[in-house]
Amino acid sequence: MRILVYKGIKYLVLILWSAFVAGPFLWALSTSFKDDAAVVSGATYIPFVDFEPSLDGWKVLFSATEGVNILGPFISSLVVTLVSSLVSLALGTLAAYGLSRFTFRAGPLGNTDITFFFISQRIITPVVLAIPYFLLLKMFRLLDTHVGLILIYIAMLLPIVVWIMVDFFNNISTELDEAALIDGCTPVEAFYKIILPECTPGLVVTGLLCFIFAWNDFFFAFTLTFADTQLLPVSIVALNSSKVPWWSLSSSSLIAILPLVFLAIWLERFLTRGALLGPLK
Amino acid sequence: MIESRHKYLFLFPALFTLIAIIIFPLVYTFRLSFSSWDVVQPTLDFIGFDNYVRVFNDMRFWESLATLGTVVLSVVSIEYIIGFALALLLWQDIERNRFFRVLFIIPMMATPVIISVVWRTMFHESLGPINDLLTMAHLPTVPWLSKPTSALIAVIIVDIWQWTSFIFILLLAGLLSLPHEPYEAAAMDGANRFQTFWHVTFPMMAPITIGILIIRIIEASKIMETVYVLTSGGPGTSTETSAYYIFIRSLREFQIGYSAAMSIVYLLLMILALMLIAKGLTRGLVSKGG
Repeated sequence: MRILVYKGIKYLVLILWSAFVAGPFLWALSTSFKDDAAVVSGATYIPFVDFEPSLDGWKVLFSATEGVNILGPFISSLVVTLVSSLVSLALGTLAAYGLSRFTFRAGPLGNTDITFFFISQRIITPVVLAIPYFLLLKMFRLLDTHVGLILIYIAMLLPIVVWIMVDFFNNISTELDEAALIDGCTPVEAFYKIILPECTPGLVVTGLLCFIFAWNDFFFAFTLTFADTQLLPVSIVALNSSKVPWWSLSSSSLIAILPLVFLAIWLERFLTRGALLGPLK
Repeated sequence: MIESRHKYLFLFPALFTLIAIIIFPLVYTFRLSFSSWDVVQPTLDFIGFDNYVRVFNDMRFWESLATLGTVVLSVVSIEYIIGFALALLLWQDIERNRFFRVLFIIPMMATPVIISVVWRTMFHESLGPINDLLTMAHLPTVPWLSKPTSALIAVIIVDIWQWTSFIFILLLAGLLSLPHEPYEAAAMDGANRFQTFWHVTFPMMAPITIGILIIRIIEASKIMETVYVLTSGGPGTSTETSAYYIFIRSLREFQIGYSAAMSIVYLLLMILALMLIAKGLTRGLVSKGG
């Protein structure tokens, strides 16, 4: 009897939270099939029953004439996100390995201080950096370019990579490195032949976080690009301005969020599979 | 520890990239904070501590800090409680419940600014679904974005919607990596569900909890985009957080010198607050576990 009560409460909580989480997505999905008439007549939910569905919200995304064309910004976002994530992952992993394995000294400062320097960059609120970044990019003629944004994103992502990967390397025994060195590997070889394959899970999770952070950034894209380079979040928020076309707003939001839903499915698999293997080690 | 003369090859590329990109802006902000640079006169002159004196007398700045404090305190504590509860409900049956776990991870992946746009349509007073559902349930409707208190609650709801998932996934990962032995011992001692949680799970989760809460506090204090889209700081200045206020002064009004001074004061206060919070959390949680 008590187990039944527990189960009942458990699934009640889970279903309530599911409804809360899914709510905005379902609302956006329903709204994306509405037209002007369906929106201004008050809140409606189910197509065919509550309102007459229309495909305008989706068509407008891919037509050049209506001006919303989402494909360009989508590809821009993808390129900037992938390049900045990969570069940060490469540089950050190298640094994290260095910090985990070797002793660095700069006057009174040691390894933990250098690690803290990396991590502390996360505390800086983006708005503090906006004006100096603007001037910096202007000086190098990188305003409103992909390269400029990629540089800024690398600075944003590096601390995350170092933060997580130092922890990961610290959990891998140095005996592995030592054995490789005795076998005649150089330290660089020991790193990429022996240690790197050991920490694939860490690399995957870190890469994923980088992707999420870069893909979801709005502020830097908003302040450092204007016309030539347009990323997805900026072009969608631009729709929010004067007269709000709720339907294309909803359809474009869904498109921006969709790639990350697949990442969520993958991340969950990864997380629970790692845990399944855990006790077997 | 291994010694190698190649060790600098590992550290330096990242270190110098970061320094090159981040040190200039920080030093420059510091320098700007002593100048009167504004939209009328973009000059890098030196006016001493005038900007800092102005910050200390600017009630709107301190109010934005208070708003930020309210938001961060409420969202982080609520997200932690809900996130922990959901993680505890879902960590044991790996194969079943997959649907719930995936669904609960998704919000943190959704672009904050875009999801805020969707929430804005949901909070719409006459055409949005939230007031519509309240009417159906025979409850009074709420003027969501046009009254100070409800606008602040709206901002908090959106943040909870988005970031509970972040705490959920990290706590879930933490729970999944816990050792089994203490649970077997607790079962042998005949501990019930609540006792097992309070004496086994909670203390073992204390270290990871501190890390998660601090990350979350750091990230939550940056809240700006949600405010920008949802309320634009309004009505009045009631939902204006520090980052948003600095944004208004710098990128809207181009009071560059003044906003630089605010940025520096804000950063110093943040670092101070984080050190105190970290100390408090460590004392509160670890001593309990020990």
